[in-house]
Amino acid sequence: MSWLDTVVQGVLLGGLYALFAAGLSLVFGIMRLVNLAHGDLIVLAAYLILVLVTALGLNPFVAALVAMPIMFAAGWALQRLVLNRTLGDDILPPLLVTFGLSIVIQNALLEGFSADSRRIYAGGIETASLAIGPVNVGVMPLLTLASAVLAIVALNQLFYRTSLGRAFRATSDDPVTAGLMGIRPNRIFAQATGVAMVVVTIAALYLGTRANFDPATGPSRLIYAFEAVIIGGLGSLWGTLAGGIIIGVAQTVGAAVNPEWQILAGHVAFLAVLLARPRGLFPRAVD
Amino acid sequence: MPILELDQVSKSFGAVPAAEAVSFAVEPGEALGIIGPNGAGKSTLFNLITGNIGVDSGRVLFGGEDVTRAPPMRRCLAGIGRTFQIPQPFQRLTVFENVLTAAMFGNRSSQAEVSGDCARILVDTGLVAHANVPAGKLTLLQRKRLELARALATGPKVLLLDEIAGGLTEAECGALVDLVRAINARGTAIVWIEHVLHALTSVVNRLVVLDFGRVIATGEPAAIMASRQVREIYLGIEV
Repeated sequence: MSWLDTVVQGVLLGGLYALFAAGLSLVFGIMRLVNLAHGDLIVLAAYLILVLVTALGLNPFVAALVAMPIMFAAGWALQRLVLNRTLGDDILPPLLVTFGLSIVIQNALLEGFSADSRRIYAGGIETASLAIGPVNVGVMPLLTLASAVLAIVALNQLFYRTSLGRAFRATSDDPVTAGLMGIRPNRIFAQATGVAMVVVTIAALYLGTRANFDPATGPSRLIYAFEAVIIGGLGSLWGTLAGGIIIGVAQTVGAAVNPEWQILAGHVAFLAVLLARPRGLFPRAVD
Repeated sequence: MPILELDQVSKSFGAVPAAEAVSFAVEPGEALGIIGPNGAGKSTLFNLITGNIGVDSGRVLFGGEDVTRAPPMRRCLAGIGRTFQIPQPFQRLTVFENVLTAAMFGNRSSQAEVSGDCARILVDTGLVAHANVPAGKLTLLQRKRLELARALATGPKVLLLDEIAGGLTEAECGALVDLVRAINARGTAIVWIEHVLHALTSVVNRLVVLDFGRVIATGEPAAIMASRQVREIYLGIEV
């Protein structure tokens, strides 16, 4: 395996991590809420897609499109009914509640789907590959990275080009003053979590088609997502993509040196970035 | 009927009373000044009116309706606009976006409906040259103007101004007075907390004096400033 190949595979893997992280980054950026159940919500969405594929015989990509509005509604309701009540000056309640939510989701999935690991079959596209110059690139990894870039472009458009995006940024700056301007912070937060769940559904599509998953898969995905967000700088979506790619490349390079080093190398890269740039690569100017 | 009325409003922080049975009314289109020494409870009074702080007892009426329990967002939509003594712009939004957001959400209107108003407000407040600058990069004076611009954009029937003239040069202060007067002349009632008394008295037609959370005098600016009690409180402050 050539080094070029290793790096390209790492960049593509980074696309998956960026997708895991984008929803987390969005929610944290807007409402300073660290969602410890984020990984489990991705797994939940993967099961939802799996059910749609097996029960209705849908293509996984179509199933993900169907799952998006369902997940948006679930995120909206979760924020409106549960998470909004935990937000305040104290950072502990949201951590405790989302930690509890993580356990609830894992056990509900265990009850409903057993501990067997599952996979969403996408009809052979998983094994397809393209030769780009000297490098062979899997179609699925390429689609993953493209989806990550598209999702981040779309989120940035939403943020900087729409009135909802202005309300997101205003509320994230100062929810009290936003209320004085006629904005309802609780509704804005609910919409933000809904949007984050749409991104979670995209992440779930690729999680479920590229690898096996089971009800306990969530927390390990959460770690990569966290690291990508922190490396990129809190609140910067392009930073999150960069963070995902750094972890992805570190993992494939680590694996190329010694297969046992794959996971370790990702975490070491995370620590190295934190040592050099404690606020991440692209921190917000004002915070 | 008064547009805004406080009826026996009280609020304490622990043992410290910030408002004690405060009552006054603001007529539509009126310009009312509030003066008093630091710590008299002036800014707290604004927080009670906007709903950022709940009252311990008493009622707040707006347009004859009891809004004592209404959240700040409802009061904004009803027509209460305010500026903060320490400017609190949305720092990561541009100046224009700050005003646009206030106008769209404060009036439940579309961008097309309000963009003309926003442009006019930016011209009036002298911010049009900075429209596309992130608000976090503004100077203090510009931030104060943005406070005013944003409050105006919500289309208030009553505009609460919290010390917007402090730290301005004579010329800037004169321009501000003209602007506030023009806003008032268009029918917006003004309630203005200000230490710069000559600016205040050149706009308002009535003064309320607060001390230790109580209203100690109400009346015409000239009569109030001539009263011995008020002079004692303001001893050392140039009139």
